[in-house]
Amino acid sequence: MLSRRVFLKNTGFALVSLGFAPSFLTRTAYAQGRTGRPKQLIAIFQRGAVDGLNVVVPFGDADYYRARPGIAIARPGAADGAVSLDGFFGFNPRLQPLKPFWDQGALAIVHACGSPDATRSHFDAQDYMETATPGVKTTGDGWLNRYLQVRRTEHDAAFRAVSLTPQLPRMLQGRAPAIAMSQLSQFSIRAGQLPAAGTTFESLYAEAKDRVLGGTGREAFDAMKMLKDADPSRYEPEHGADYPRSPFGQALKQIAQLVKADVGLEVAFADVGGWDTHVNQGSSQGQLATRLDDFGRAIAALVVDLGDRMADTVVLTMSEFGRAVNENGNRGTDHGHGNAMMAIGGGVRGGRVYGRWPGLAVDRRYEGRDLAVTTDFRDVFGEIVVRHLGVRDARPVFPGYAMDPARFPGLFA
Amino acid sequence: MAARIAQVLLSLAVFVSLPSDPRAISHVLERTSFGLRPGDVERVQAQGLERYIEEQLHPERLSDAGLDARLSDFDTLRMSSRDIAQQFEMPLEDARKAAGAAAGDGKPSPEQRRAATVVQELQEQKVLRAIYSGRQLQEVLVDFWFNHFNVDARKGASRFLLTSYERDVIRPHVFGRFRDLLEATAKSPAMLFYLDNWQSVDPNGVHVDAPRGHFVRGPFGQPVFVQPPLRAPRQNANAPKGLNENYGRELMELHTLGVDGGYTQQDVTEVARAFTGWTIERPRQDGTFKFDPRLHDDGRKLVLGHVINAGGMNDGEQVLDLLARHPSTARFIATKLVRHFVSDTPPPSLVDRVAARFRETDGDLREVMRTLLLSPEFLSPDVYRQKIKTPFEFVVSAVRATGAEVHDARPLVNQIAQLGEPLYQCQPPTGYKDTADAWVNTGALVGRMNFGLALAGNRLRGIVVSNPTPDGIQLGAPEFQRR
Repeated sequence: MLSRRVFLKNTGFALVSLGFAPSFLTRTAYAQGRTGRPKQLIAIFQRGAVDGLNVVVPFGDADYYRARPGIAIARPGAADGAVSLDGFFGFNPRLQPLKPFWDQGALAIVHACGSPDATRSHFDAQDYMETATPGVKTTGDGWLNRYLQVRRTEHDAAFRAVSLTPQLPRMLQGRAPAIAMSQLSQFSIRAGQLPAAGTTFESLYAEAKDRVLGGTGREAFDAMKMLKDADPSRYEPEHGADYPRSPFGQALKQIAQLVKADVGLEVAFADVGGWDTHVNQGSSQGQLATRLDDFGRAIAALVVDLGDRMADTVVLTMSEFGRAVNENGNRGTDHGHGNAMMAIGGGVRGGRVYGRWPGLAVDRRYEGRDLAVTTDFRDVFGEIVVRHLGVRDARPVFPGYAMDPARFPGLFA
Repeated sequence: MAARIAQVLLSLAVFVSLPSDPRAISHVLERTSFGLRPGDVERVQAQGLERYIEEQLHPERLSDAGLDARLSDFDTLRMSSRDIAQQFEMPLEDARKAAGAAAGDGKPSPEQRRAATVVQELQEQKVLRAIYSGRQLQEVLVDFWFNHFNVDARKGASRFLLTSYERDVIRPHVFGRFRDLLEATAKSPAMLFYLDNWQSVDPNGVHVDAPRGHFVRGPFGQPVFVQPPLRAPRQNANAPKGLNENYGRELMELHTLGVDGGYTQQDVTEVARAFTGWTIERPRQDGTFKFDPRLHDDGRKLVLGHVINAGGMNDGEQVLDLLARHPSTARFIATKLVRHFVSDTPPPSLVDRVAARFRETDGDLREVMRTLLLSPEFLSPDVYRQKIKTPFEFVVSAVRATGAEVHDARPLVNQIAQLGEPLYQCQPPTGYKDTADAWVNTGALVGRMNFGLALAGNRLRGIVVSNPTPDGIQLGAPEFQRR
């Protein structure tokens, strides 16, 4: 207990000494989002179905401890116990770096959130979450791309939508241009002995009859020009932000670079894997905890680094489904249903866990085994699209869904 | 009999109508190999497409001495999983134990570096085979089927099991029967480990053969039967205690029926029960398959409406029979093959015929491939250059096109990873996609242009390009991204 207090105190001290003063949270103009700057969304996908019950822990629900004798996170106050948020839910202690944002009212959680579709296939569930058409596999584009289509301007900035991944995720696939790259530095032609290679390639792709490759090639050359002008090569994070050296930490760092380069970024995407913890999941230490440590530190660094810009930005985390309530025979968890999402931003009404808690008693579970879904993930996406990104009519973004603001969780005023 | 004759006549009719123009031959070569080398079209034109295809369908008749010489330095390729475990994994474990909980300096230890060579050699051999093997169709199919039965090297001990997995499980069966391939994967330690089945046990608990009871005289002189207490064979806290559905689900969704193949969550659970006890003998030492009856749930199971009640290991075998012969499996495999070899939008007529061939030959994959490769849909000019190369296909085809001499394949392995397809490291059990939507994006195109320039400009260490054509521009151009 003593050691935990010391740890918390030291953490607070460290944040202050690094110069992190969350001024964006206290300036009402920013908090209400009246800055005139374009709004941004940074979407983070935890691929592999993270165990939301051990991330945002319902320590106030006694059935939680009955279901997970070997892997539960201890109650707050116990050694390495949950970090209490509201007296019922608590963070896995490895998410301590995100706690300051909760305390300052910038971080909200939607629990028992998920898909109306019953699938427990990673592949299908990711597909449904990225297309936002659960149960429909034929949807051609992702919901973030449809958002870009709805808001399409005459001169789209080449970097409107960027994914820091080797391949463009389903969520960003579609008619509106979007860029995927694993490193910003890779994004230029290294001509070598052929100084004209860049211009030659540019005209080859511009003249290509191949519609798919020609179009993508033209987007690539537009983007390379912008990035060159912005020169993000000598980047120093601000406010003492300390990104983990992990691929995920570096992806978020590069998103911050792009945001600050003012190249017209509206939507950014990053993903992080390793959540499919069927075996030896651990609790506040172990496999899941190690992934959460990286996850929490990377997001904290991003939010600190962006500073005032967070007034116009929402960071949203998601994962394709949750995991079964009961631990399995291998001290792990099998594929489940409902899960927790996190939203961080200056405009977010944080410091609250949204959504109705269905309870973990067997008769309250989905199919007798999983956390039931009480908030459709499309209502979270929808609220962000409408109230943060400012789209009046969200129907084209969520085809086949009767979007009703009355069902929005209430993340924004 | 008449039907059989008609069939032979039909296949002959297809045979004689095989095209011989260079564009058609280029097309067939682009799809059945990892890309054209200088002179390939002329060679196949001289021998005729029929003979070329027949040759490729029988790789055992082709010598591959040149390739064998290039692979002779990679010792791990010929080692058993047991030897790899003893020589690479055990020293790593010992070093870890010796180091205790002390955090390292972040740099890999000598043991870690040594252990990493197992996957490195595997990656290099994959690239070298794709570039230099004369058995090109076999290598294309090994890539296809490995991807179908994907195992990620980054999951724990998988990396020490993949050498044998590709060599002993995948490669020998790509022209064999699907049922045999399926069983080989089901029993492979790599798959058992990757999809957790090795730790899935009877949910009612681990059991042993009951020790024999005996009668004693009771307090009133009556005989009383005494049963000694059962002792579970494993007592440690990490011992598996229940069912794990991971393999049961992916077996149906990804390996056989397909996600729309008509199974339910109940079927997943029942299949998982049938495979309890399919595990690994001393995983970190022997790394061989074993069936452990103490872990097996011997109860009756109902899978896809069929009662499975054979008991013991036969439960799993019967499930494999059921799945391998299910019509959904024939359709699912046919769709995937046609998508890979013909078009991102598989012609339904061809999927029907390939699926039918699959069913009537009991999943004879050589016959299935013959039907596909001799079909009018595959040979139609409409599908020429319709497929986008994956990063692996792109890099290898560029090396083949330039006739480059590869002294060190590692830079190629790294380039393929940077382009988004790290070899043997596809995380989801779905494997890598082979459709355009997955690989055409701005970042990847810039990467491909840069690779073309680096290769042709002799900027990749260990790879020597002497031919002036194709140059870097041609390799990075839109046309070269398709096959």
